[in-house]
Amino acid sequence: MTVSEGNRRVGRVDDGAAIPETVAVKKHPGWWVAAALVVACLVLVGLSLARNPRVSWGTVGHYLFDPYILEGLRRTAVLAILATVLAVIIGLVFGFVRLSRNPVLRAVGAAYVWVFRSVPTLIQVLFWGNMALFVPTISLTVPGSDSRLFSVPMNDVLTPWLASVAALAVANGAYFAEIVRAGVLSVNENYHLAASALGLNWVQRQRKIVIPISLRVMLPPGGNQFITILKETTLVSVIGGAEILNHAQTIYGNNFRVVELLMVAAIWFLAVTSIAYLLQSWLERRVGRGQTAVRTAPRWRDWRAALGRGVTDPPEEGS
Amino acid sequence: MSSCRIVNVRKHFGSLTVLKGVHLDVASGELVCLLGPSGGGKSTLLRCINGLTMPDAGYVTVGGEIIGRKVAKGRLHDLKDHVVSRQRRRIGMVFQSFNLFPHLTAIENLMLTPVTLKLGDTELLRARAEQLLDRVGLSDRPDFYPNELSGGQQQRIAIARALMMEPTLMLFDEPTSALDPHLTGEVLETMRDLAKGGMTMIVVTHELSFAREVADRVVLMSDGRIVEDARPDEFFTNPRSPQARQFLRREVTSA
Repeated sequence: MTVSEGNRRVGRVDDGAAIPETVAVKKHPGWWVAAALVVACLVLVGLSLARNPRVSWGTVGHYLFDPYILEGLRRTAVLAILATVLAVIIGLVFGFVRLSRNPVLRAVGAAYVWVFRSVPTLIQVLFWGNMALFVPTISLTVPGSDSRLFSVPMNDVLTPWLASVAALAVANGAYFAEIVRAGVLSVNENYHLAASALGLNWVQRQRKIVIPISLRVMLPPGGNQFITILKETTLVSVIGGAEILNHAQTIYGNNFRVVELLMVAAIWFLAVTSIAYLLQSWLERRVGRGQTAVRTAPRWRDWRAALGRGVTDPPEEGS
Repeated sequence: MSSCRIVNVRKHFGSLTVLKGVHLDVASGELVCLLGPSGGGKSTLLRCINGLTMPDAGYVTVGGEIIGRKVAKGRLHDLKDHVVSRQRRRIGMVFQSFNLFPHLTAIENLMLTPVTLKLGDTELLRARAEQLLDRVGLSDRPDFYPNELSGGQQQRIAIARALMMEPTLMLFDEPTSALDPHLTGEVLETMRDLAKGGMTMIVVTHELSFAREVADRVVLMSDGRIVEDARPDEFFTNPRSPQARQFLRREVTSA
């Protein structure tokens, strides 16, 4: 058999010539070109940064492990994790509320998502931080009388820290609600039917079947949202919430090393989001068991293959 | 084993009337095969029996208990979800598309419901699950995920999963329609085995030879009604209704 390509005939073999059975290892010269370009760009950017006389790298190194910065980092992590946990809970509730058969509940869910996804998070943070301006006191009064059961100033309850957690949780809960809704909708109707037929009630079906199956779909956007929250923690510096950027700002307010301290904060965010990213791909692989494998980042295997180090695909079963 | 009564069940979806008043009595230990052309209402009727679909009128009883509804002030009222769920535990169902839970291994599929419902000691349930896997000929596959198993193996595990709940009635919704002919045999063998044990079974199927050989009664549904209800030898050799004659003519020529 021959194949025509233009007016040449590809794959034509003279009669009687021996045809080898071994298939040549495929080379990827394009990968090497791309790698060289990327390395060149990195070197250029690196050199310009390193040689910039206005940036004192010694100062960056000095403040990287400064106790005050590390304390800020700890607060950022606590704030992000707490806000995420609360946002996931809010998201689970409102995700199911949006899928409810009750039209009133559905409308409430839609309104929540609409409002908190539409208003910029920074504005929401400012609202929470300035709550006392429009709700100065929290009090419980007996209806129809003036007697107060209790009354406390808003600022005593809603500290900047609590306002920060609430702002990030409520704002991101709206996104998690959408993630949960999409995940639940992705679960094939047949699994609901099978679980119902076995005698699991609604709550048991969601907990044991729907959520575990949809986790595979919810994890990538969920992890993304966690990284978003991590970075959005910096917004609370505007209401005096203590976190790493706020701490960096305090330091450069004194020594005017603005770029160096922003660099310190940026390096820590790179480190923390990288850990979050690794955690996410590990989780995705775990959850993907029994379901289609999820291909995430380029793996070591691909690079070994590029170097021609004899990594071959496993043989087909039964061949 | 439970008996099952279907009394004047009607169901419509939008403007489409799927069931137009169906009556059917299935005695304890009986195996009834539901035959009929696609869209005749067989699957809908089967789902009415365990309350996955609720009839618009009429009712179903299993073991003397109305499924999914209760009587009050001369009307039928819906039961709460958790009450219907309890009723469904003793009614096993096997689907055309197997519907094994993809995130769980074979034995986990069997154990999930009884463990969740705390129906017994986990180790005893595991022993029972292993026993059932052995019964359907898959004792060597407990830790395989559904996507690592053939269709026939998945369906046998689905049957074992239903049996875990110790059902008194088993419903089969075209259990072999998604399978290759050579995998169909192993599933039908498992079902034959179950029938020998005296299980009450209602089987929607296109496997005429299975119906002929194993069924106590063959029921033909067409256009939302039962048009023939007979012993298999009568049904296949001497059908009375014109629909049955037409159905058999078509099935024989297409086979």
